[in-house]
Amino acid sequence: MSIVHAHTVLIVAAILFVLGLAGVLTRKNIIFMLLSIEIMLNAAGLAFVAAGSRWQQPDGQVMYLFILAMAAAEVSVALALVLQIQHQHKTLDVEELKELKD
Amino acid sequence: MQQYLYLIPVLPLLGFLVLSMAGKHLSRNFIAGIGAGSICTSALIALIISAGFLQSPPETGAYTQVLWHWFLTGHLSADVSLRMDALSLVFICIITFIGALIHIYSIAFMREDRDYARFFASMNLFVCAMLTLVMADNLVLMYLGWEGVGLCSYLLIGFWYETPANYRAANKAFVITRIGDTAMIIGLFLLFKELGTLYIPDILAKAPQQFGSGSTTITLIALLLLSGGIGKSAQLPLQTWLPDAMAGPSPVSALIHAATMVTAGVYLIARMHTLFELSPIAMQVTAIIGAVTLFIAGCSAMVQTDIKRVLAYSTISQIGYMFLALGVGAWSAAIFHFFTHAFFKALLFLAAGAVIETLHHEHDIFKMGGLRKKMPVIFYTFTIGAAALAALPLITAGFFSKDQILWYAWSANGGHPVLWTLALLGAFITAFYSTRLILVVFWGDMKTTPGHLPGPAMVVPLVILAFFSIAVGWIEWPHNLLHVSLFSEIVQQALPATTLKSNLPPEIVFQLIAVGVSLLGIYTGYVLYYGQSELLMRWKQSEGLMSVRHFLFKGWKFDQLYDILLVRPFLFITRINKSDVSDKLYTAIADANLHLNKLFSISQNGSLRWYVTGVLIGILFIITLQLLL
Amino acid sequence: MSLVFYISSFIAILSTIMVITRYQPIHALLYLVVSFLALAVTFLSLGAPFAAALQVIVYAGAIVVLFIFVVMMLNLGKQTAQQEKEWLQLRAWLGPSILSLVLLAEMAVLLLQDAPEAMPATVVTPKQVSLSLYGEYIIAVELVGFLLMTGIVGAAHIGKHKKKSLHRFLQTYPNLN
Repeated sequence: MSIVHAHTVLIVAAILFVLGLAGVLTRKNIIFMLLSIEIMLNAAGLAFVAAGSRWQQPDGQVMYLFILAMAAAEVSVALALVLQIQHQHKTLDVEELKELKD
Repeated sequence: MQQYLYLIPVLPLLGFLVLSMAGKHLSRNFIAGIGAGSICTSALIALIISAGFLQSPPETGAYTQVLWHWFLTGHLSADVSLRMDALSLVFICIITFIGALIHIYSIAFMREDRDYARFFASMNLFVCAMLTLVMADNLVLMYLGWEGVGLCSYLLIGFWYETPANYRAANKAFVITRIGDTAMIIGLFLLFKELGTLYIPDILAKAPQQFGSGSTTITLIALLLLSGGIGKSAQLPLQTWLPDAMAGPSPVSALIHAATMVTAGVYLIARMHTLFELSPIAMQVTAIIGAVTLFIAGCSAMVQTDIKRVLAYSTISQIGYMFLALGVGAWSAAIFHFFTHAFFKALLFLAAGAVIETLHHEHDIFKMGGLRKKMPVIFYTFTIGAAALAALPLITAGFFSKDQILWYAWSANGGHPVLWTLALLGAFITAFYSTRLILVVFWGDMKTTPGHLPGPAMVVPLVILAFFSIAVGWIEWPHNLLHVSLFSEIVQQALPATTLKSNLPPEIVFQLIAVGVSLLGIYTGYVLYYGQSELLMRWKQSEGLMSVRHFLFKGWKFDQLYDILLVRPFLFITRINKSDVSDKLYTAIADANLHLNKLFSISQNGSLRWYVTGVLIGILFIITLQLLL
Repeated sequence: MSLVFYISSFIAILSTIMVITRYQPIHALLYLVVSFLALAVTFLSLGAPFAAALQVIVYAGAIVVLFIFVVMMLNLGKQTAQQEKEWLQLRAWLGPSILSLVLLAEMAVLLLQDAPEAMPATVVTPKQVSLSLYGEYIIAVELVGFLLMTGIVGAAHIGKHKKKSLHRFLQTYPNLN
């Protein structure tokens, strides 16, 4: 137990990612879908940080930083959209928002 | 001056551009100034350059001016370059000079029309296209002018497009001349394939070396070019568009018949004379077409009641004379007839236009009558024109040119007594219907009260044209009467002299016969149409003669013939193949795409989770592939 | 440090499972905070203190606060929880879970193909990170700056409560709507 193997960390990241994915697929509420997406992004960040640690390079953390910034931007726009959707459609059910269908 | 050669076609083009772009915002006076001014300036320049040309002919026989390189594809290079030799000179002078007079006349004639600018724009473009045609030094540029002429005739014949008959006439003219044009362009392709050039002097120089006299290829080329000429010049069997083309305003008819369009075929054949000389068959065909056309068109002209249709059939007939002359190898005679015909035919059309205008758009000659006293200037000028058409001996220009053609129809190398007989019959008919026209329109009782008389802008061109209709004949006398042959001297710089047969009867015999026939035609017309002729009354009772008259009136029923031969079978084929078989293939492709699209667009259901599932399944697919392979 | 890693990973996975199964949005958010913090500890145990600090500040701080604001603004309370309960039947879980598990299995197979390698116990210091960030990644940093700027502008624009959302061509006819 004293050593952490590289693929253990990656499997943890994969589990988190898959959990987030299951959340996105299952939930119908947009807020929950966004939460799940945050989890997936975070799992990817974990994989990057692990890789950076494994090779003793700062690049992993740099990538994590970029993911972080991207997540921040995405969340701000997405939450603005959520506000607007609730305002105009009076619902957060993603299955109701099908106006872009063919 | 020759560096200003380009101005001759460019000025009308500029006029067209200005009028078509800004015509709606210009005042009528300004439009008239630009429309007529451009042509008049162009005519002036043409006259000055021609004077220079005649005083000191260039050594090469032509002024040339290369404006720019048009295109170069493979071995075919075409320049926009102008060339003026003796033949083009005659055409350029006629086109610009008569065009200018017609434009001046139009200023007054079209004064009340609401599309004043459109009229002058189209007329200017017409003149420009025709000038391009005759000034081009390669056949590609010439074809551009050729098609431009076709386009403008379409625009102008259908000028009053609100009336269905008018645009139908425009369509007919366009489609029928198109048949000839197609044949002509095939001829050009063939010519290029054989000689590798479309530069006119090269063709004329190379053709005799390349082809033996009477070889199949050269005959084919000459016949194809002849078909083009037939279409544009309204000869048998493509003549049916011209009578209907009378739907346009009178100045347009004058321009089409006298100066532009219909003479294009004559020009083409004269220009390509070397090719025709190499092919005796093509020459014979040209002569026969000309002779037959002049006869049947003359017959139709005898019975027409619409003043402009009489003139239209007479144009077909007179162009027939030109073709006949070209066919027998009397090149300069053909061009001379074109030269004189341009003056008197323009005169006749413009005078007819004035009559029609004064009589409130009445076209039927039997509703006219008695106009002699009322409008003397029109009467005298019209009479001069008709006399020239009838070839009244020694006074009128028509006599000199037609007499030459009649003489050569017998005596030239390609001549034949049958051709001569047909031409002689044609001369009789021409004299007859000219007399009939004059007597019916200007003598007898007045049946329609005239409106206000034409003003000076319309009368002055008529007087000028009348003067020339008499005077231009005197520059070329028959050899046995007087040794004046200014015209053929000029033209023979570009065209070969006519070779005669040996052992001919004296020329004076033919001249006397021709004069006699013309006078007989005039006398017959006088007998039948002066006052109340009992003979005519009796003829009108006879059913057989009336059906002949109806047959001629309908132009030998060519339209009906084509309807049965071409239009109905075509309609039949289109009817049985209504749901276009070959189109099915393409619609099937389109339908298959549409169905696939519907199939795939099921996946576009707008559900976000569905899309995410799609992405996930895609990822799974890729990873599984990687695991398995 | 390996024990710390295992414990924090376990907590992270557990709290994440809780996040995606909650009916109340605010409960889910709280579990999310736990998950983020656990991950921060994981980063620390992997020798990435800078990433751990940012995880706490930005994820557990800023982003979650944003979510909470929105949940409060939309007033998502018991009614939403009731609705979520209706939506989240076992049937709804079945398909996604199977797909996700297949994905996880495949990823695990791919990861476990190679022989296990030990993680070194050294730390990648913030200094190294910042040198790299402002050295070789300078253009990416600027681009991220653009991205954040766009995010701000976009959020401000979208979030505006407009009275009507009419096309500008239609706005000249106010009686249409």
